[in-house]
Amino acid sequence: MQDIIKLEGVCKAYGDHQVLKDLDLSIRKGECFTMLGPSGCGKTVTIRLIAGHEVPDSGKIEIDDTVVADSSTGAYIPPERRGLGIVFQDYAVWPHMTVTQNIAYPLKMEKRPKAEIDKLVKAMIATVGMEGLDKRLPSELSGGQQQRVALARALVADPSVMLLDEPLSNLDANLREEMRFEIKALQQRFGITVLYVTHDQEVALAISDRIAIMDANGRIRQTGTPYEIFEKPADLFVFKFMGIANFLAVRSEGDKYYVGTGTQEVPWPEGPAGTAEKWVVGFRPSDVEIGREAKGLKGVIKRANFLGSTMDYAIEIDGEHLRTELVAHKAISQDLMFQEGEECYITFKALHWFDAKQLEEVGEL
Amino acid sequence: MSYIRLVNVTKRFGDVTAVNNLNLEIDKGECFSMLGPSGCGKTTTLRMVAGFEDLTDGEVWVGDRLLSSPKKHHYTPPENRNFGMVFQAFAVWPHMSVYENVAFPLRLRGLPSAEIDQRTKDALAATNLLKAASESPDSLSGGGKQRVALARALAINPDVMLLDEPLSSLDPHLREEMRFEIKDLQRKYGFSIIYVTHDQSEAMALSHRILVMKLGVVQQIDKPLDIYAHPANRFVFSFIGVSSFTDVLWQDGKAFISGSDRPLPAALTVPEEMKAEARFSLASRPTEIEFTNAEDPAGVHGQVIRRAFLGEIVDYLVRIGDQQVRVQIGRRDPGPGPDEACCLKFLRPFWYKAED
Amino acid sequence: MSSATIKKDSGFGVAQLILLLSIAILVIFVAWPVLLILFNAFFVDGSFNSLDFYRVLTDPETFQALTNSLIIASMTTVGSTIVGTFFAWLVTRTDLPYKNFMKSLFLVPFMLPSFIGALAWKMLLSPHAGYINKAFMSLFGTTEPLFNIYTYYGISAVEVMYLFPFVFIQVCGALERMDPTLEESARISGAGLLTITRKITIPLVLPSIMSGALLIMLYSMAHFGTVAVLGIEQGIYNIPTLIYEKIHESAGSFESIRTGTVLATVLVVTAAIIIWGQQKILSRGHYQIIGGKSFRPMELKLRGLRWPLLLFCLAYIGFTIVLPTVVIFLVGGLNTYGLPFTWENLSLANYKYILTEYDVTKDAIFNSVSLGLAAAVITMFAGVMISYVIVKMKVRGKGILEFLGMLPFSVPGSVIALGVILAWSGKFGINLYNTVWIILVAYIARYMAFSLRANSAALEQVHDSLMEASRSCGATMWQSLKDIVIPLVKPGMISAFFLIFLPALRELTVSIMLYAPTTRTIGVAIYTLNEDGETVMSTALAGVALILIVIGQTLINHFTKKVSE
Repeated sequence: MQDIIKLEGVCKAYGDHQVLKDLDLSIRKGECFTMLGPSGCGKTVTIRLIAGHEVPDSGKIEIDDTVVADSSTGAYIPPERRGLGIVFQDYAVWPHMTVTQNIAYPLKMEKRPKAEIDKLVKAMIATVGMEGLDKRLPSELSGGQQQRVALARALVADPSVMLLDEPLSNLDANLREEMRFEIKALQQRFGITVLYVTHDQEVALAISDRIAIMDANGRIRQTGTPYEIFEKPADLFVFKFMGIANFLAVRSEGDKYYVGTGTQEVPWPEGPAGTAEKWVVGFRPSDVEIGREAKGLKGVIKRANFLGSTMDYAIEIDGEHLRTELVAHKAISQDLMFQEGEECYITFKALHWFDAKQLEEVGEL
Repeated sequence: MSYIRLVNVTKRFGDVTAVNNLNLEIDKGECFSMLGPSGCGKTTTLRMVAGFEDLTDGEVWVGDRLLSSPKKHHYTPPENRNFGMVFQAFAVWPHMSVYENVAFPLRLRGLPSAEIDQRTKDALAATNLLKAASESPDSLSGGGKQRVALARALAINPDVMLLDEPLSSLDPHLREEMRFEIKDLQRKYGFSIIYVTHDQSEAMALSHRILVMKLGVVQQIDKPLDIYAHPANRFVFSFIGVSSFTDVLWQDGKAFISGSDRPLPAALTVPEEMKAEARFSLASRPTEIEFTNAEDPAGVHGQVIRRAFLGEIVDYLVRIGDQQVRVQIGRRDPGPGPDEACCLKFLRPFWYKAED
Repeated sequence: MSSATIKKDSGFGVAQLILLLSIAILVIFVAWPVLLILFNAFFVDGSFNSLDFYRVLTDPETFQALTNSLIIASMTTVGSTIVGTFFAWLVTRTDLPYKNFMKSLFLVPFMLPSFIGALAWKMLLSPHAGYINKAFMSLFGTTEPLFNIYTYYGISAVEVMYLFPFVFIQVCGALERMDPTLEESARISGAGLLTITRKITIPLVLPSIMSGALLIMLYSMAHFGTVAVLGIEQGIYNIPTLIYEKIHESAGSFESIRTGTVLATVLVVTAAIIIWGQQKILSRGHYQIIGGKSFRPMELKLRGLRWPLLLFCLAYIGFTIVLPTVVIFLVGGLNTYGLPFTWENLSLANYKYILTEYDVTKDAIFNSVSLGLAAAVITMFAGVMISYVIVKMKVRGKGILEFLGMLPFSVPGSVIALGVILAWSGKFGINLYNTVWIILVAYIARYMAFSLRANSAALEQVHDSLMEASRSCGATMWQSLKDIVIPLVKPGMISAFFLIFLPALRELTVSIMLYAPTTRTIGVAIYTLNEDGETVMSTALAGVALILIVIGQTLINHFTKKVSE
C-alpha cells in the first residue's frame, strides 16, 4: 500500500530538550494510524510538524509525495497549503462563529461557490448529527457537540489526511467511548487517512489499523496492529503501557525458575531465552486463572474487593504480589468468592518472560 | 443499636424538594455510603447531618443527642457536633503547616499542649504524614492534601466521620490507594462513616451498607452484595454498572424482543408480574452475556454491528430486532467476528417495567 | 498543494517589523521620557553627579515634600485598607440586608474624581468658610471649627473616601471565590465564626488585602489633585504637587527642572518597589483557595446589628458620596459663592453659561473629549499590537518588549508629564510644548498600561490552537488574524477604549503640568478656575464633568454586560 505521510530522520529540540531524534514514520493511505505514548513523549510535536505549525531541526517530511519540510533544502510549505484536516484536544472551534460558519470556513478559504458551500456544509452537519444546531454558537454546545463541529470542519474540505491530537481527552468517559466509535465510523465512511495521537491505550486499540508505541524519549518501540501490539509486545515497555500488567520476580537456579523467594516453580512450559539470573514474568489480569484446587502456584488472598460487577483480588505468592479481577457473576457461580487471608491457586493462560533489568529501566510509567 | 438516626428528614430549597422524608439508621462503627447521581440529595443530606444546612422538617440524632429538629427549635451548630469531615476539594488551610492544620481542632478544644502534640503526631503517623509535618500543604500532591484533611478529621477522635466525595479529585490510581487507607483507618479507630459518592465501585468496595438515592428519594438501602444481586428497580440497576435495557413485547403468551419475530427462549423465564404488561424491559450487563452456538436452546439470535478489540476485553454491539445489546467478553473467550450473525446467552437477566 | 521554498531563517520578516514597531512605540512614548528624567537627575553639565542629587534631595523643601507624600500615603493606605476590608467582609460574609445593592453602592466612589471630591470637602470643611464648620460655629457660638480639612488628616480622609474601593474590590473578589469548605472544615473542627474569621478567613485573603493596599499606596504617593486642592494653601506639598509648583512657577529654569527630575526619580523608584512587592505577593503568597463544588458561604448572623449596620453603611455613602455631590451641584447653581442655598440664589444660569458662552470651559470640554477619544483610539490599537507580540508571537528579542511593556505600569502621571516636557519641548528637534499634542503624547504614555492589560487578557483567552486551526483550514496568517484573532479580541479592545476614555476625561495630574491657555482640559479648568476664585464656575464645570462620567460609566456597564452575556 502507498505511503501518504513519510517522516525521515526528523529531529526537533526545544532549547536543551531533544524531543524527537531521528524519527522515521510512514503512514499508509486510507489507514487509521495511532501514535500512542506517555504524555510529553513528543507525539504532539510530531503532529504539529506534519501540520506545519513547527519546523523540523533536521529531517524530511513528505505528504502525498510532496516534500512539505526538508531541513537540507530549507523547503517549507505553510500549514494552509498542506491540505490537512486537524482536530485539537481543546476543540478549537471559533467561539464567534456559528456551527455553520465554523464548518464553512475551510471551503470559503478555497473560494468555492456559495451554493456548493451550502450544500457541503449541510451534508456535513447531517453526517455528524448536528441537524437543528447549525445556528448555534459554540458556547451553546456541549463538549461532545463542539468536538463534532471540529470533526466536521476538519473533514469538510475533503483533506488527504486528518490529524487528531488527543481529541477525546476533554470529554467524560461515556462520551469518550461514544465518540471514538463515531470517529472510526467517519474514517471508514470517507475512506480517509487518519493520524491519531493519544496516551489512552484503549482508544488506540479500539480505532486503529496500526499503532506506533512511543516511549518518553520520543523513540518508537513497536509498530503493529492492535492485536500484535497487545499479544506480542516487543518489549516490557510496550507490555506495560498497553494495560494493567502484573510482574512476578523469578530467579533461575539451574534450569529451574522459582517465584520470588520461595520454592514454587513458574507453572509455564517454556522458559526464557537467555542466560540472565533474574527474570520477571509478566501477564495480564485476564491471563490469571484463580482456583481452589491445588494446581499451579499457591498464594494467599491479601485483599478481596467487591466492586459491583467484578471481584478484585490482591494475591501474595512467596513475597510477590499480583492483582486479578474476576466477573462477579463468575466468582459467585463458580465458588470463587475468596475471603481475605484464604489460600488460592494460580495458573496462567499466557505469560511473557522479561529480563529483570528491563523492569528497572522502564520504572514507573 | 443504631447510632446515627435521621427521622423524617426533609429539605426544601424554595419549591425544590432536595430530600424527601428520609429515615435512616446507621450503626456505630458502620461505613454507610450514600450513592447517587449529582443533584440526588446525597450531599445535602450529609450537610444536614454536619449542621451546615438547616432541616425543613424532621430530626437528626447521634446516640442520645438530638442535633437538629426544627419542630423543637433545636439546632446544634457544626462546631459543637464533634464530627470529622473531609471535603472533595481538600479544604486544607494553605497558610498553616501540615502540623498546624492537624493541631488546629485540638487547640480549639483547649487541650494541654503535650496532649495536642501527641495526638497530632499520632494522626500524622496514621496517615503517613510525619515527614511532611512542617511543610506547607500546598507543597503536597492531591493525595497528600487529602491525607492532611483525613488526619485533621481523625485528630479529635470523632464519633462520626463525614466524607463528601473525598476521592473524586484524585487520579484513579491514588483513589484506589486512599480507599484502602480509609478502610484501614476505620478498622483501627472504629468511628462511623457516612460516605457520599457517585462512584458505585467506590461505594461497593468500602461500605457495609449503601443507600441509593434519586431526586431526594431513597431507592434502596442494602449491603453491597444484595444490591448487586437484587437491584430494587430499573434506576438502581442502571446506576450500579454498565447496563443495556432491551424492549420486550408480550404477545399471545410469548415474549418478543421489539422488532424481532422470534420469541425469547423458554430458558429466559419472564416473571409473572411482567406478563400483565404489554411492553417491559430485559436488563443485562455486558459482562454477563456469553456467545453460544446457534443450536443452544437458551440462545437469543442477533447480529454483530460493531466489534472492538480493547485489549483485555472485546466489546460488541449486537442488534436483536430493533434493539441493541452491549456484550463484553474476555479476549480469550469465543466470540463472533464483525458483522456476523451470533447467538447470545443472558447469564443474569433482570426484568423491569418499561420506563414511563 | 503547490510547492514553495521559503528559507527557514528569513532574516527580516513581518514578525520582526511588528516587534520593532512595538518597541519603537514604547521607547518613544515611555522609556525615552523616563530616561531623560533619570539623566537630568543624575547628570549635571553632562557628567555624573550623585552628590548633587543628594543635595537636592536633602533640601528642606524637597525633603518635606517627600515626607509629606509618605505620611499622606501611609495614612491613606491604612485607612482605605481598614474601610475596604470591613465593607467587603460585611457584604460577602454577613447577612446584611440588601447586600448586592450595597456592594454596587460601595463601587460608586470609583467613578468620582477625587479632586472634585476634595473641592466639595473644601467647601464643606474649610476651617472658616466651610458650610459645615460655619453651621457648627454659629450653632455653638464658637470660633473653633469642627474639623479642619487643610491638614494631613483631612487630605488622607478625603483620599480614603475615593480610594478604598481598590481594596474593597480585591477583597470582595477573594472572599467570593474562596472555597467555602475551607471555612466549613474549620467549623466542623470546632471553631466558632469569629475564630474562623480571625484564624482562617482573614489570613487567607491577606494577600488580596495587601495587594489592594499597595495599589492605594502607589496611587496616593503619585496623586496630585487632593493635595493640590486641600494642601497647597497651608503649604502642604507632596511630590507631585511640588513638581508642579516648581515647573509652573519658574517657567522651566534649570534648577527647578532638576528638582523636578530628582523628585520624579524618587517617585519612579518607589513605584517600582511597590509594583515589585505587589507582584511578589500575588505570585508567591497567593494561596490556591478557589475550589470544588460551591455552596453558599457561611454568613455571620448580625442579629440585632443588621439594621444599625445597614444604616451605618448608608450613612457612610450619604456622607462621602451624596453630600459632596449635592454640594457640587448646589454651589454650581449659586449666583455668587458664599450665598446661602435659597431658591432665589439658585439657578441654572452658570451651567448654561459654561456650556454655551464661557470660552474657557467650552474649550476645556472640547479638549478633554477630543483628547480622550484620540488617546483611547491610538492607545487601543498600539496596545493590541504590542500585546499580540508579547502574548502570541515567538520572535527573538521579545524579552526587551516584555520589559518595556512593564514600564507603563510603574510610571506615575507627574513623571510622565515631566518626561514629555524634557523630550518634546524642542531640545530634540520637535517642540510640542504649549500645544494640545504634548498632552496627547503624555496621555498615550499614561494609559498604555490600561490598554496592555485589557488586550493581553483578551489575547490570553484566544488559545493558539484557534489560529492553528484556521491555518490548517487554508487561511493565511493575515486571514487568520482578520477572521479569528481580531473578532475575538474586539471586546478587549473596546473595554480598553473605555478604560482610557473615561479617566482621560477627568484627567488632572498630567494635563496640569502641560496645559497652555487654550489647551486646558476639564480637570485643569476646574482646578484653575477654583484657584482663580471663580468657585461657582469651577463647581458648575465639576457638576458637568460628573454627569459626563456617570453617562460614560453607564454606557460601559451596559456594554460589558452585553459582552459577558
